[in-house]
Order: sequence, then C-alpha cells, then structure tokens
Amino acid sequence: MRRIISVLVENEPGALSRIVGLFSQRNYNIETLTVAPTEDATLSRLTITTAGKPQVIEQITKQLNKLIDVVKLVDLTEGTHVERELMLIKVRASGAMRAEVKRSADIFRGQIVDVTSSVYTIQLTGTSDKLDAFIEAIGAASVLEVVRSGVTGMARGEKVLSL
Amino acid sequence: MELLSGADMVVRSLADEGVEYIYGYPGGALLHVYDALFRQDKVTHILVRHEQAATHMADGYARATGKPGVVLVTSGPGATNTITGIATAYMDSIPMVILSGQVPSDFIGTDMFQETDMIGVSRPIVKHSFLVKKAEDIPETIRKAFYLAQTGRPGPVVVDLPKDITNINDKYEYKYPEKVKIRSYNPPQKGHTGQTRKAVELLLKARRPVIYSGGGVILGHASEQLTRLAKKLNMPVTNTLMGLGAYPGSDRQFLGMPGMHGSYAANLAMHHSDLILAVGARFDDRVTNSTEKFCPSAKIIHIDIDPASISKTVTADVPIVGPVAPVLEEMNRMVEDSGRLPDQDALGNWWKQIDDWRESRGGLFGYDRGNGETIKPQQVIETLYEVTRDSDPFITSDVGQHQMFAAQYFRFDKPNRWINSGGLGTMGFGFPAAMGVKLSFPDSPVACVTGEGSIQMNIQELSTCLQYDLGVKIINLNNQALGMVRQWQDMQYNSRYSHSYMESLPDFVKLVESYGHVGIRVERPEELRPALERAFALKDRLVFLDVNVDPGEHVYPMHIKDGSMRDMWLSKTERT
Ligand SMILES: Cc1ncc(C[n+]2csc(CCOP(=O)(O)OP(=O)(O)O)c2C)c(N)n1
Ligand SMILES: [Mg+2]
Repeated sequence: MRRIISVLVENEPGALSRIVGLFSQRNYNIETLTVAPTEDATLSRLTITTAGKPQVIEQITKQLNKLIDVVKLVDLTEGTHVERELMLIKVRASGAMRAEVKRSADIFRGQIVDVTSSVYTIQLTGTSDKLDAFIEAIGAASVLEVVRSGVTGMARGEKVLSL
Repeated sequence: MELLSGADMVVRSLADEGVEYIYGYPGGALLHVYDALFRQDKVTHILVRHEQAATHMADGYARATGKPGVVLVTSGPGATNTITGIATAYMDSIPMVILSGQVPSDFIGTDMFQETDMIGVSRPIVKHSFLVKKAEDIPETIRKAFYLAQTGRPGPVVVDLPKDITNINDKYEYKYPEKVKIRSYNPPQKGHTGQTRKAVELLLKARRPVIYSGGGVILGHASEQLTRLAKKLNMPVTNTLMGLGAYPGSDRQFLGMPGMHGSYAANLAMHHSDLILAVGARFDDRVTNSTEKFCPSAKIIHIDIDPASISKTVTADVPIVGPVAPVLEEMNRMVEDSGRLPDQDALGNWWKQIDDWRESRGGLFGYDRGNGETIKPQQVIETLYEVTRDSDPFITSDVGQHQMFAAQYFRFDKPNRWINSGGLGTMGFGFPAAMGVKLSFPDSPVACVTGEGSIQMNIQELSTCLQYDLGVKIINLNNQALGMVRQWQDMQYNSRYSHSYMESLPDFVKLVESYGHVGIRVERPEELRPALERAFALKDRLVFLDVNVDPGEHVYPMHIKDGSMRDMWLSKTERT
C-alpha cells in the first residue's frame, strides 16, 4: 500500500543521508522524497512516499524513529490529509495543438508559466494521480520534459506535526 | 575557567568521562591528540598492532564491564580498519565510542592524503555519528557520544575529528558538561504497566511456558530479575548465544541455548510451548529457523527496549517496550501480589516431558566420545570448564565450530562471562576481545576458544600481549580446517571441500615462543587436562594451547533449513 510519511528532523548535515541510507540499507523503497527547512530553522521537514505491506511500513516508521536526528514523524495516510505535488511540464504547442494544450491546461487548472512560438511550459499542482492524468491527456508524443517535486502534505484539521 | 587546546580537550573529556583505557593506533591526522595523550596520565592508551583489534579489545572490555569501550584511530586506513569491529559491536548492541582522525576541515572532500568519508563509510553500522566542526564543540560532542552509546539500545558511536580543530596551540575554555540532552532521543525508562499486567496474566495461565532470553538481559543488567521470576514460576529457561550466563547454566531449569545449534530439549520445548516469554531477544533467524513454522501453538510476550525489534520477524501478542530490568521487576511484583501460581499439574507434566527430552539425549548436549585415541573438540571445552569453573573465568571465542562447542558445553553461571560475536560472526574477534577483558580483570582467568583459521585473523596481537603482559590463554581447537564451512560442505555439497582446508599452518608453539609467550602442543587425550592445568597455573603468562582435535567432527544438533525449531539433525545419520 502507498504511504505518505512526514518526518521532522534536525536540520543538521548528514541527517538526510541517514534517512535515505536507511531506506536502501533495509531494502525499503522510496517513491518520492521532498525536503526543506521549516519555519523553525533548526528543523527540516521531509515527506516520503513509499509502498509496502503493513509490517514493512511499521518497520519503516520504527526504524526512522530510531535515527537520532529524527524528532517526530507521522504516517499521513493513517488519517485524512491533504497532499500536493507540483509539476512543470514542457509541451509541444504549435499549430492546431496550441489551443488544445491551452484548453487542457485550463481544465486541469494549470498555469502556463513560459511560452515560445512552439512550446508551452505549464505548472500544475495536485495529487500525483491528477498530474499523471494530465500527462496522459496531453499525450506522450507532445511532452518534451517533465519535472515533479514529489509529494508533500499535511493532516487535515487540528492535527499538526510540530515539536 | 581552564583553557585547553582541542587535542587536550579530547583527552580531558575522556578522563572526565571516567575512561580508564583507550585502544588505538596513531597517524598523521591524530598527532595532536597523541601529543596530548603523552602529556597526561589519567587515561591509559593501549597500542594495538591493527586497528581492528583495537575495536575488538574495546568491545571485549564493554561486554565484560558493561561500560563503553573507547577506540582512537587515525584517518583513512586507520578509520577503515575499524569497520569490521564497529559492525561487530553494532550487531550485538555493544556500547563503544570510536574517535577517528580526519583531514583538516578545509580539505574535506578534496581526496587529500589519507582521507575517507568515515561518517559515510560507517553510517549503516553506527547508532549515531558526529563530525566535529569546532574545537569548542569537542567536550559536548564527546559527552553526547557516551550518552548515546550506553543508553537505550546501546551501540557504537563515531566521533570524527578534523585535524585543524585539535591543534595544540589554539586554546579554548574547557568545561565537561555533566548532562546532555538530545531532544529527539528519549529512550524508554520503564514499560507499560497495562501490558505488563496482561503478560503476567498469560504467564499465570500458561501450561507449557518457556522463557527465551537474549543478550538484552545482559546489556540491561536484568539477570537477577529474570532468575527470580523463572524460579518463582518454575519455568524452563533458554538463553540465546548472546544471552548465555543471564540465567545460571548449571541450574536444573536451564535448557541450553536454542536455535540452529541449540539443544534438543530447548528447541523442542520452544516448538511445543504454549507461551514464550521473550526477553531482550530478537527472534534471529539463527534461533527461529523458518518463521512461518515457528512455535505454532505459542502466544508470545516480547520485552525489548527497541520497539523496532518487536514484531520484526515474529509477531508479538503482548509487546512490552522498555528496559528489561524494571519490566521484569514489575512482573515479579505482580506475580507476588497476585498470590497465584500457574497450574501446577500442567507445569508438572510439562517438566516431565522436558526431562524426557533431556534424558533421551543423555543431557543437554551429547557427542560420541570415540575410541579415546583422538581428542574431541567437545571434550576440550568440557575439560576447560572443569579446570576453570571455580575461578570465575571469562571465556571469549572466535567464530566456527569451536564457538558452538564452547557455547554448548561450557556452563556459564553469570552474565558478562561469555563473550562472542553473535550477530556478525566475526572471525578474529576472540583474541583481542580476551585481551580487552584481561586488561580490566588481571586477576581472573581469561581464555579465548579459537580455531586455527580464526586465530590467524588477528594473530599479530601476540605482540601487544607481550608489551602489556596480558596473560590470556588461547585454546586453539586445531582441526586443520575451516571446520564450520567444511561441515556445510559435508552436509550440502557432497563433501566437495572448496577452499575450506588450512594448508601451511605455522608451528603455533614456535610462533608464540618467538613473541616470548608459552606454547603447548596437545596431541593425545590424556595430555589435555594436565596441559590446561599448567596453562592456568602460569597465571601471568600468555599460554597458547594448540590442541589437535578430531577433524571430522560436526556440530549437532543442527536445524534443518526451512523447517521448524524441532527439525534437527542430531548426528551425521540421525534426524528428528
Ligand atoms: C571474517 C570472517 N570471514 C569468514 C567467515 C565465514 N566462516 C564462518 S566459520 C568459518 C571457519 C572458521 O574456521 P576455524 O576458525 O578454524 O574454526 P572451526 O570451524 O574449524 O572450529 C568461516 C570461514 C567468518 N565468519 N568471518
Ligand atoms: Mg578449524
């Protein structure tokens, strides 16, 4: 099953490599990983998406918690949550396709952030599924380049991940 | 406030931490620190002959005393030579602090002479590591390293020291912190009372219980609490390879160790039990055999300080996260307060069954004594036990058949007396580990049971023993083969002995004599006891007993791969 794990870690050199290392060392998979400092400069927040059987996920959270640099973590998929991923996608947009691409971007609430005579660069945010759906709608033949940020997210409502 | 250089702060911090011995080897990146060592006399430095041996010495010290062992090595090759020893300590949760030299801060990442990324190389085999950035941070970092190494689930901690911050000219205010706090690190201080109560309920209802206790009981100093509980409830006890001595090995309730080379009685008792109380044990594959077939009718209580050890390979019915000593203490109290005991008829029948198993094999472990012409390795251990048992000995071992024979046939009545590399299975561990023990227990007999393969992996330390007068006894079960490898080749590869023989062995007697030690060759069974007695009578000398043992011997019982715990070979021809 797909899981989203949010992790608060000490903003120390080496902390990220310990986390990434843990995944390869213990044969867990990482599908996406995002990381940036938080409003508290001593902490970074990571979001990891992974997949595995419940026992494996349990081990992942336990092993992560064991790392000294890890302050706190939560499996967002255990409760209701908001998740977003950002994508920049460069699409061929010439001739008749130009209007078509624009229309698709509008439907998906994408923004065109860069334009040339033959290319649109579109920014899109949403769940990973939505981004996948957009790529499909555009058609592989028209897609020139894609970059995705990986998933980030937080729990809904009052629940917060903080010190 | 006192002003000290970085190098002096390193050494003073160790002294203020109460460190008696450090084991190490100098080099360029550490010259400042070695200079600081020279100018003081609080911390004693032991110069080894290979950095791997320094880690095993520190490890042996830690296992015998319960205190962290300390290693000091230079950058690059000095640091990488410690990796096997750090991994050995990590697998067995041994507290250790490794101080490694590093190239100057500004040169990190430039492939400078003798640079390796020690933090990176050691990352998967440490509990934590620090790269110290400023001299002022040295005392606090060292304090944190010791705190982490010995609290919670213990383990090795690396402190990497760039050369520039240890230079002896720049001085800073020195104060060793009494306490440190790491906000993200809060090891449990006690168990959950509700869970413990549930566990006690199960214990009192059990009809066929077994206590399965591991190295955690020794690390957690809970031997007394465990023994009291087992006695009160009259339960059978098995100690894993790492846990031998946590429950007295010569007691009637002790079933021997369980697992791949565990006793018939221990493996059958676990397989047929209806309740397993696992304490500080981790359901290692060398114990469980196939986890799917593991103890089909047993409920499992699992006490461990590390939540990640619980339900990792075998799911626990009642998990209790906490240090084993207070949890067992609380269990003892709850049992006392309840005024109840388990069903005595059921327990009586269970004991009768276990005694039948035990008697059917003529004891916990048994072997064919042969025709009296060759020395059996098992017999060496039995005699070693008889000769030393009244003098509270420490026994270390290397890895192979000799290790299993030692674990099977020596009866350890106290914790911290049996010292071996269980998790990593590191050949070359035993001798330096024995040296680390001997240094701290000069009046106790310390013997290393080894094989001619293993001993050659750190034999250079004979020189260190000469320098520091370390009178360890080396009992070499010389079967002229990598016996454990050959056993598997006999059993699974039709005796095709691919590279498992030991050709060109040195004359061990002459070799140790050349270092100024005593060597004794033992070739006939009747020579064995007198030789052992002589070796231990030569109290302060290193004595190497080169014992020619039967090269055809296998270790039994042996689990049959992919089976349950009761599926075992009992001899070359007999299986369950
Ligand atoms: C460093 C290392 N290399 C390889 C092994 C694999 N191994 C396990 S036991 C063994 C044979 C050990 O031979 P010896 O020390 O003579 O002991 P014996 O089994 O003959 O008693 C080997 C090679 C190991 N455990 N450690
Ligand atoms: Mg051998």
